[in-house]
Amino acid sequence: MSASIESLVNKEYQYGFVTDVESDRIPIGLTEETVRLISAKKREPEWLLDWRLKAFKRWQSMTEPTWPNVKYTAIDYQAQTYYSAPRSVKPLQSLEEVDPEILKTYEKLGISLNEQKRLSGVAVDAIFDSVSVGTTMKAELKKHGVIFCSFGEAVLDHPELIQKYLGSVVPYSDNFFAALNSAVFSDGSFVYIPKGVRCPLELSTYFRINAADTGQFERTLIVADEGASVSYLEGCTAPKRATNQLHAAVVEIVALDNAQVKYSTVQNWYAGDKDGVGGIYNFVTKRGKAFTNSKISWTQVETGSAITWKYPSVILQGDNSTGEFYSVAVVNNYQQADTGTKMIHIGRNTKSTIISKGISAGHGQNSYRGQVKVLPKAHGARNYTQCDSMLIGNQCGAHTFPYIEVANSTATLEHEASTSKIGEDQIFYCKQRGLNAEHAISLIVAGFCKEVFKELPMEFALEAQQLLGISLEGSVG
Amino acid sequence: MSAQSNYRDVFDATAHPDARKAWLPRMKIAAIEQFEALGFPTTRDEDWHFTSVSPIAERTFKPVRPSPSTLTAADLAPFTYGQSDWHLLVFVNGHYEPALSSFAQLDVDAQVMTFSEAFKEAPELLAERLGTLAPRTQAFTALNTAFMADGVVIRVPVDIALEAPVHILHLTDAHATNASQHPRTLVIAERGAQVTLVESFATIGGGTYFTNHVAEVIVGDGARVDHYKVQREGGAAYHVGTTQATQGRDSIYHSFSFATGAQLSRTNVYAKLLGENCEVRLNGLYALEEAQHADHQTFVEHIAPSCSSREVYKGILDGTSHGVFNGKVFVHPEAQKTDGKQTNKALLLSEGARVDSKPQLEIFADDVKCTHGATVGRLDDMALFYMKSRGIGADRARALLTYAFAAEVLELIELEPLKVALEALLFERFIPPDAA
Repeated sequence: MSASIESLVNKEYQYGFVTDVESDRIPIGLTEETVRLISAKKREPEWLLDWRLKAFKRWQSMTEPTWPNVKYTAIDYQAQTYYSAPRSVKPLQSLEEVDPEILKTYEKLGISLNEQKRLSGVAVDAIFDSVSVGTTMKAELKKHGVIFCSFGEAVLDHPELIQKYLGSVVPYSDNFFAALNSAVFSDGSFVYIPKGVRCPLELSTYFRINAADTGQFERTLIVADEGASVSYLEGCTAPKRATNQLHAAVVEIVALDNAQVKYSTVQNWYAGDKDGVGGIYNFVTKRGKAFTNSKISWTQVETGSAITWKYPSVILQGDNSTGEFYSVAVVNNYQQADTGTKMIHIGRNTKSTIISKGISAGHGQNSYRGQVKVLPKAHGARNYTQCDSMLIGNQCGAHTFPYIEVANSTATLEHEASTSKIGEDQIFYCKQRGLNAEHAISLIVAGFCKEVFKELPMEFALEAQQLLGISLEGSVG
Repeated sequence: MSAQSNYRDVFDATAHPDARKAWLPRMKIAAIEQFEALGFPTTRDEDWHFTSVSPIAERTFKPVRPSPSTLTAADLAPFTYGQSDWHLLVFVNGHYEPALSSFAQLDVDAQVMTFSEAFKEAPELLAERLGTLAPRTQAFTALNTAFMADGVVIRVPVDIALEAPVHILHLTDAHATNASQHPRTLVIAERGAQVTLVESFATIGGGTYFTNHVAEVIVGDGARVDHYKVQREGGAAYHVGTTQATQGRDSIYHSFSFATGAQLSRTNVYAKLLGENCEVRLNGLYALEEAQHADHQTFVEHIAPSCSSREVYKGILDGTSHGVFNGKVFVHPEAQKTDGKQTNKALLLSEGARVDSKPQLEIFADDVKCTHGATVGRLDDMALFYMKSRGIGADRARALLTYAFAAEVLELIELEPLKVALEALLFERFIPPDAA
């Protein structure tokens, strides 16, 4: 029923572990040597090393963006470890080794470890720290010609596809964090759906940062060939640590003519404690390129991370292509989120829909930042944007920064935004029916987010709803 | 930047006749230093992202020198909305023209005067209030402060309502070509006072010049100020204007900005709600053609609780014009029970027109209700079809719908003669008699 991150990670460990891990981690710091070392460890071909080095050079000339509406202490990029592979000698043996705080969370989510067996319908490529530790259901996928493997494997086994598409949507020079990722990315997932194939399974990756003081820089590339379709799920979690960890991922999606890609994320990285100590810095670049008649749909539920900086975007390159963005972002305690999307209309009759729901509680600061850009040749472009914010408590903030840029007179754009307090009369009504305040809030919030949840695959939707409830715990007196 | 240092040179070369009133030169010197430090904004500044002021920045517009005006009352007629009973203050090329002005004896104990009069009659008022509101961090405001030559001070005392509107008409003629004017307005509406102010900007005989206007409006407790700005500068002109209002409790401030002029214009309207239970309305309409560029920025800062803000801005874009709207509503943590609503609509009439809209909400209080809506599009096909099916030709249908789009926001003007005049102006523009 519900896909728990923890259960999946443990599952991998129970069934043993990949053995080609050479060392735990490389020394801290980031120099050209680091980039070479990572590339060498992954036995990468020359062209990929060159690409990494170009990215690294570019990164050195870039400065960290300051425009997001988030505040954090400066990141020392030389104090991070850029490659960390799981120790094959000492995997977690049992539940006792798992952080009890996380276990408690999963208990609340109602997920038993045995449930992994019921996940047979989901193929999983789990990322534990930076190396893909295992891939299931490969045979079934192979039958359909679907390639679903770790990025590292793909580089070795399908170099022509990687060479063709890597950086085609998010070039290494795109932004500070994308450049950093391009230089030091350690692993990630690669998906290729051949022409006309509807992927028989929902593909799923779980990311997990385990070691302390490591940055995680995974890279995902999804290519749906002409007429193909795929639904991809991504979940993230990290254990509790007092220091901040950096996570700078890149996801690229290519939807060729008539293809459809649906990408769903439940992001539950460690958010820091109730005083804002620790937590993940989640600086992610996600972008898809949609060719003629294709469709790319992003759905995200962001409940974790101390800081989120993330704008899953769609370049509507081909005529009649469609982009969608459905998002729920929750901030509690001292979390900060600056998230939204970009819809770039280039082709004719392109269509985009943006539904964003932000919930702020505690001292959380939540910003929606979205851009809808209609280029001069995008005749008949259409966009509908709705971003609603809900405030719970009087210490939090909700901010909306939409950018609407239209250079074609046949375009039609609508943008609506609202910010309001959680309805006291609604809470009162629920309480009067015998629910406690916490249940009432979780019920109201679930209703507020319904439009987004209904876009999630079933098992994710249920988990997301429960996660939301947990994230908002303690937000009302 | 060389252009900026030129302004410093121009400043230094200017004799400051008011040197004996020591605070003013001090303020001006501070302003030019501020301007030098800030420099002209570039598109890398978030607030100027869609508007490049390089046409203004790359040259030095010296303040226009006073010269005897050749204009007559007949020349003013198209700009006075046919109202002879309004208090009319006419400035030509930034300098006051008493001969053209007709502001009658005020029947109440209020003051409407130019800066030069104010220096004689109420120097302490100027010294105390001037420059207290205008945002210091903006280069154009600093430039205005450094170079302001004259302006208008309006003070309406406690519980007095100034019946007739005050109309400040800024005209420029060929004499202003390649020069700049930096007009300044200061309005002080004391507790319970009421005043209606119209500021018009127009050109007689085109030419390239630069208007850099700043208005400061202090709306006291329970006071009401209706503030209209009509910008119809010539097609070669540059116009930058900033209005900053502050509101005391239970006060009302209505602003309406109408813009059809200038090749490049930027209009800022900022309101700070300092007292409880204020009402602010910021409305506006702009209609552009050819290669005009108009940028409107509004900023409503809810500082006190229980205030309401309403905002409607509409734009009509033809030719290869470019419209920009940036409306920000900021709610401070103490400003509970804030009720904010903002609407921004743009109508694109031609292939080459473009619009960039950035409505923004920044909310730090929880018990609030804030919304904004923005639309960009062309005329509704269904509405056009309906009109055609009723026997109205395509061109006329288009014209009528365009006019209707604009008229909706003009409806919000409470000053009847102005509304009628602006309606007529747009009717003439959008519904040519031959479009049958």
